[in-house]
Amino acid sequence: MRAPMNNLLKHALFWPAVTLLLLIALNAAMNPGFLAISWRDGHFYGNLIDILNRAAPLALVSAGMTLVIAARGLDISVGAVVAIAAAVAAVVIGSSSNLGFAISAALGVALLCGLWNGALVVGVGMQPIIATLILMVAGRGIAQLITNGQILTVYYSPYDFLGNGFLFGLPFAAVLAGAVITLLYLLLNLTPLGLFIRAIGINPMAARIAGVRAKPITLCLYAFCGLTAGLAGLIISSNVKSADANNAGQLLELDAILAVTLGGTALTGGKFSLAGTVLGALIIQTLTSTIYSLGVPPEVNLVFKAALIFIVMLLQSPDFRASLKKLAVRPAER
Amino acid sequence: MSNSATLMGLDRRLVPLAGTLALFVAMVIFGAVSYDAFLAPQVFLNLIIDNAFLLIVAVGMTFVILTGGIDLSVGSLLALTTMITASLLQKGSSPWLVIPLVLVIGTLFGSAQGFLIHRYRLQPFIVTLAGMFVARGLCYLIDTESIPVTHPVFQELAYARLPLGPGVAISSGALIAVATTLAAIWMAHATRFGRTVYAIGGSARSAALMGLPVGSALVRVYAFSGFCAALAGLTMTVYMLSGYSLHAVGLELDAIAAVVIGGTLLTGGVGYVAGTVVGVLILGIIQTLVIFNGTLSSWWTRIVVGILLLLFCVAQKLIESRAEKSR
Repeated sequence: MRAPMNNLLKHALFWPAVTLLLLIALNAAMNPGFLAISWRDGHFYGNLIDILNRAAPLALVSAGMTLVIAARGLDISVGAVVAIAAAVAAVVIGSSSNLGFAISAALGVALLCGLWNGALVVGVGMQPIIATLILMVAGRGIAQLITNGQILTVYYSPYDFLGNGFLFGLPFAAVLAGAVITLLYLLLNLTPLGLFIRAIGINPMAARIAGVRAKPITLCLYAFCGLTAGLAGLIISSNVKSADANNAGQLLELDAILAVTLGGTALTGGKFSLAGTVLGALIIQTLTSTIYSLGVPPEVNLVFKAALIFIVMLLQSPDFRASLKKLAVRPAER
Repeated sequence: MSNSATLMGLDRRLVPLAGTLALFVAMVIFGAVSYDAFLAPQVFLNLIIDNAFLLIVAVGMTFVILTGGIDLSVGSLLALTTMITASLLQKGSSPWLVIPLVLVIGTLFGSAQGFLIHRYRLQPFIVTLAGMFVARGLCYLIDTESIPVTHPVFQELAYARLPLGPGVAISSGALIAVATTLAAIWMAHATRFGRTVYAIGGSARSAALMGLPVGSALVRVYAFSGFCAALAGLTMTVYMLSGYSLHAVGLELDAIAAVVIGGTLLTGGVGYVAGTVVGVLILGIIQTLVIFNGTLSSWWTRIVVGILLLLFCVAQKLIESRAEKSR
């Protein structure tokens, strides 16, 4: 009886899942209608559906970030890439009204951004935080250059579908994020890719000696992270029907890193959990919704997020656990 | 110094600094050739006056980066300082009480981050990221609107100018920035603390084995960065005559860019406060050039800063790999 309980407690997803359930329970206690899901205008409707929809861009970016972090990297340029992708999509739609062309152009540019980051890390050998800092600083400038410093409004109704449409009664953005992440999950678990990424994260040198093509794989991970940021940029800009070079994806890199950490991925690389990251993204979005419903100014959200980071980070620290254990054991010794 | 440690007769550690200085001189020459009024002394003094808070923050950041760390909380801490100062003054507190109070708050905030980083061996990046959220969130808790500062002492400080010659004057904020810089240069090169900082950047383990107080120095480095952010906050309160939650968004990036362009290695151990000063001046002169040009839009500043960051990081890598080869 004790062993299964211990196994459950030790499962990597246990604490993120408990956190999410507690947050949802808190909401349900304050607002009895919170859990209700109804069918309206041909699709599901309710707070939980809304959270799924709003968490989609963050979940996508966090999935890309998880892989980069798992391979001992970091990408702090994702917010800027979101702005660039949104700007490209808005400009192309404004001039050609061709949805397919706009989407492929935006995703292509986002992929290039990711490849650029990867090339600086893998090719030049820069520290990941610095390599991606360059695009983070220059990226919003580039996005403003593309939009000519204006907030571009998209007057093209098919584009709205990405961020506001519904598929199978569910928000399209959530379905898209779910599909991408499921495919990624299968790819990581049915091919040796997941193993290779873990190997690179645990010891890059040893991985290379063991025959893992660390450099091309790492390059691809950054490229993929750029691509997810591009997708998020499309969803975000479609959701608000405009591209704002200054504010689209603002602080998204920090939210993504927070989602990844909350999900139990070690910031030092090696150990990662894609499912945990999805839970992390849902926790962040539920927290945001909770704060809105509490009537607290939404900006205070930052303090709650910071408290979450501190707690998770301390719990992950071996030194902190050691000092906690001392505190817990001392009374018994007396 | 053996011959292998030099490049064209220059100490290798000075190469990045020399590159930075050469870039600054080149930009000044370019400006002087292109625009008539560019060489006026006041144009240069304005570089310091308009970037006083950036210079103060970047000086604190230099010490953090010298230990191989990073401090992302400085911009938010600066904004928090402007908010606390403005709201306390509005409630009628004496500035002679408020000024030391906010400096202490900034220092304690930094020390707390340093303590977490040292004691629990957490990554500086993630600790100061959380610190950034806390400080910015507290700003909004105080007020989401801008608070004007009307206290006579701050008003006087804002308009006070120390004349340096005919038609040339410097502001109180710039004087504070210069004083902070001089104090920091003294700290880096003439105190035990400074030597420990350089030693930690070289190798924290070796420094500890040599018996240097690595832990307390790390805490003090972040405390100093917090102090600088608070001092910069006071300077900005005087400069803007207001406290606002959205002051100095992204300032930490500019400060890091200034330190890197100033020739400090991000891996720690190598760099000079003087280099950071030139780095800040280069960021300032890019802005000045964009303004003098008149047709370039403001976003070019960001793009050029990004390109410079790239060039300097690549150059640092080249110098590093050369140093390894010559070993």
